[in-house]
Amino acid sequence: MSDLTELTIREAAKLLRLHSFSAAELVTAHINLIERIDSRVKAFLRFTPELWEKQAEAADARISSGDMGPLVGIPMAVKDVLCVRGVETTAGSQILRGFRPPYTGTAASRLFDAGAVMLGVTNCDEFAMGSSTENSGYHPTHNPWSLDRVPGGSSGGSAAAVASGEAMIALGTDTGGSIRQPAALCGVVGMKPTYGRVSRYGLIAFASSLDQIGPFTRSVEDAAIVLDAMAGHDPLDATSSNRPNDVLRDLEAGVKGMKLGVPREYYDVEGMEPVVKAAIDKAIKNFRDAGAEIIDVTLPHTDYGLAAYYIIAPAECSSNLARFDGVRYGMSEVDAQNVTEAYMRTRRRGFGTEVRRRVMLGTYALSSGYYDAYYLKAQKVRTLIKRDFDLAFEKCDAIISATSPTVAFPIGSKTQDPLSMYLCDVLTLGGNLAGLPGISVPCGMSEDLLPIGLQIMAPQWREDVALRVGRAYEVASGVKAEVAPFV
Amino acid sequence: MSSAGWEVVIGMEVHVQPRTRSKMFCGCAVGQLGDPPNSNVCEICLGMPGTLPVINKAAVEACLKTALALNCEIPRHTKFDRKNYMYPDLPKGYQISQYDLPMSVSGYLELDGRRVRVRRVHLEEDTGKLIHAGDKLHKASESFVDLNRAGVPLMEIVTEPDLRSADEARDYAVALRTLLRTIGASEAEMEKGQLRAEPNISLRRPGTEELGVKTELKNINSFRALHRAISFEVTRQTEVLESGGTVVQETRGWSEAEQRTFSQRSKEFAEDYRYFPEPDLPPLEIEASWIEELRRALPELPGARRGRLVSQYGLPAADAVLIAADRDLADLFEAAVAAGAEPKPVANWIIGDVAPTGKIPTPEHLAELVKLVTAGSITRDQAREVLLESVETGRSPAHIVAEHGYAQVSDESTLQDEVEAVMQANPRAVEDYRAGKKQALGALMAELRKRAPQANPKVASELLLRLLD
Repeated sequence: MSDLTELTIREAAKLLRLHSFSAAELVTAHINLIERIDSRVKAFLRFTPELWEKQAEAADARISSGDMGPLVGIPMAVKDVLCVRGVETTAGSQILRGFRPPYTGTAASRLFDAGAVMLGVTNCDEFAMGSSTENSGYHPTHNPWSLDRVPGGSSGGSAAAVASGEAMIALGTDTGGSIRQPAALCGVVGMKPTYGRVSRYGLIAFASSLDQIGPFTRSVEDAAIVLDAMAGHDPLDATSSNRPNDVLRDLEAGVKGMKLGVPREYYDVEGMEPVVKAAIDKAIKNFRDAGAEIIDVTLPHTDYGLAAYYIIAPAECSSNLARFDGVRYGMSEVDAQNVTEAYMRTRRRGFGTEVRRRVMLGTYALSSGYYDAYYLKAQKVRTLIKRDFDLAFEKCDAIISATSPTVAFPIGSKTQDPLSMYLCDVLTLGGNLAGLPGISVPCGMSEDLLPIGLQIMAPQWREDVALRVGRAYEVASGVKAEVAPFV
Repeated sequence: MSSAGWEVVIGMEVHVQPRTRSKMFCGCAVGQLGDPPNSNVCEICLGMPGTLPVINKAAVEACLKTALALNCEIPRHTKFDRKNYMYPDLPKGYQISQYDLPMSVSGYLELDGRRVRVRRVHLEEDTGKLIHAGDKLHKASESFVDLNRAGVPLMEIVTEPDLRSADEARDYAVALRTLLRTIGASEAEMEKGQLRAEPNISLRRPGTEELGVKTELKNINSFRALHRAISFEVTRQTEVLESGGTVVQETRGWSEAEQRTFSQRSKEFAEDYRYFPEPDLPPLEIEASWIEELRRALPELPGARRGRLVSQYGLPAADAVLIAADRDLADLFEAAVAAGAEPKPVANWIIGDVAPTGKIPTPEHLAELVKLVTAGSITRDQAREVLLESVETGRSPAHIVAEHGYAQVSDESTLQDEVEAVMQANPRAVEDYRAGKKQALGALMAELRKRAPQANPKVASELLLRLLD
């Protein structure tokens, strides 16, 4: 039954209607694979049999009654930062060990309503802070294509689960590239929607003005299907929007006559590996052959993006993480002389090194006397970066680049050097600062079979454009997400 | 108590709970004082991970109405900010408040013809409450957190340092309360914690511009406590300065039991709240049309009404002040006059009898009562009883008067028997009077009132005098 774990949503939906297998059997096939390989991949932190049993049963009932919803019975993994009622949700952190939220976040809830079946909770960098999933408070996750390498991060568990066939779809969150970069490193499709497209209610916040929930899938169409099901205004999130999101209508329309911009700052980014550059060159050729016009664009403030990002994100995180004080939930070191000591003990024990570093960076950046020089300045840079994109999109319909300058790197190779880890996001975090939609699609492999990702960014609220270009690339290149082979 | 030689400078920060059904950023009921701990809470006001705030429109509306009534400017753009500090009564580790772009700025409240400038009115959320087991905080073995108040909306109304005495500070707070109740923005009941006044006080030499070092007072639960706390603080600061010392900038609590202020925390090390814009809430754009709509819907404000009570009804200013201070009383006054009663007697009854007891009759009943008294049909004493009974039973004064046989008897031939009976029963008093002791008349009248309460006092006393002479 191994091919049941290599299907796309469209394929599975069709076969479920033909009664080739039931939703319960589809789940079982995934659980069997997980049992066989997850001790090596370690994509999951926890499993949710109580959910998948009920949901698969309900899905089979819906299918019998003629429900044609594409997500009915589709096995899904959920990143550990997305709250699901009654399911231990820890944001990859020891400080939340044992925390079972009494509520389900809007994105997951809408997918449950659409019939998706939850298999379990996937690993991630603690509070989504990292680019390799090595900062998990539990264990690292391994890249299914090369177990001694990282899957990227922070949504590395979700990317690895979809890449290995353990889940058909997975939810991730992207604050600086945390969906697109692991998608690239694991050879799957990963999409970060426009800021505000998907409700953040139930997403344990890292940086509220940058965080966005998005899907991991093995095809562009699947990404569109999942996005379609979870997008839209939510009364529980004041930053969510009801802008039109017609992502499936023109998905197959191709790129003929479209203008695709190649930003030179991204194309020539420092640290770009030749194998990645060659893959992007090939993708550019594919697009040209498919009838797109390739033009040079410029994003002149790119160099300042990383610095601005590493002020704004830690500043927001220092405030967002203040609630983890051991008083109401999670780890609690109350054996202390006073409340301040109890806070310090709880947080020192509960938070990992990278989280503590960012809380301190952010606290400093917001401090009286430094606010103007750091936070305010970073916000001004953010405005300039948005303007860069606005100007670029006056000349082109979408922007294409590599998602990550490198292929997956060996586990442990960057953990001693936070700055080199921060550089992993150099091509993706601009999209977060500007609030743009972006998708990473598989774009070939290195000689030693390490996946490469192509990033497509579109103007705000134009997920349809990013997906259409991504789909056109699949067609033009013939490159598709493949499930990593396991013995 | 002397502060001679010093000018008292007071600014007021007042926190008011706007009248809303739900909390500032979630759907929880605002609840009541005395609700069981942690009964009005949800994942949002508990600050659970992944939850988000959503702005309560009713709170924004109450704040805008207040701002309009206080003659404030309402900028088109406003936003919420996070005030960061960690304490167990603050579930998120930050309070959502407003920092550099408050809902409104630069207004004033007219107080006896003088303007008390209002610096700003903004919206924020309340914190929870800590209850410590044991007498003293540092010795408490356990502390309990009640988050019913966490997330309850608050308007913060801040004045410039324009108040010059404890009297003025109290009058300002009372006037503010009246205003808030008149426009329906808040119940503003101090005892229920819906209005919390925090005065800051400093002294300086008269004629100097520079402000002295101030202290801020907290835990004030009534207008009386506000007055007393400020008076105490003025005396304390005067003594400190007169003895050559310096006032320490600090927050001081008011102890109702000891009737004094005490040091709570020193402001030597200013806390750094690391304010920054709340990313979970988009900035608000207040539509000019909304403001106009609210402005048009504002009722007549107490200041304007006071003036009208004088000009339209000819009330003395002192009466107008008392009646306009309470919207219910002012409404009662105008309706009773409209029902045909004379304005001044109506005012007298409202000030003398309705306001002190808080028992409010219908305007028609009050008008009827006033007319009965004016016509001499019943005595004032009887009228008081009729008023109470009318409020309690809802029956008309005329009905009650008839039932009790209260109607005054003014007919001399009827009264003559009663007067003669009293004279016969009190021969000594009659003799005393006739011997020139005029005060004996009082005793006879008292006896007459006892025997014949319905007797018209004026007719009866004339009759008595005639029979005695």
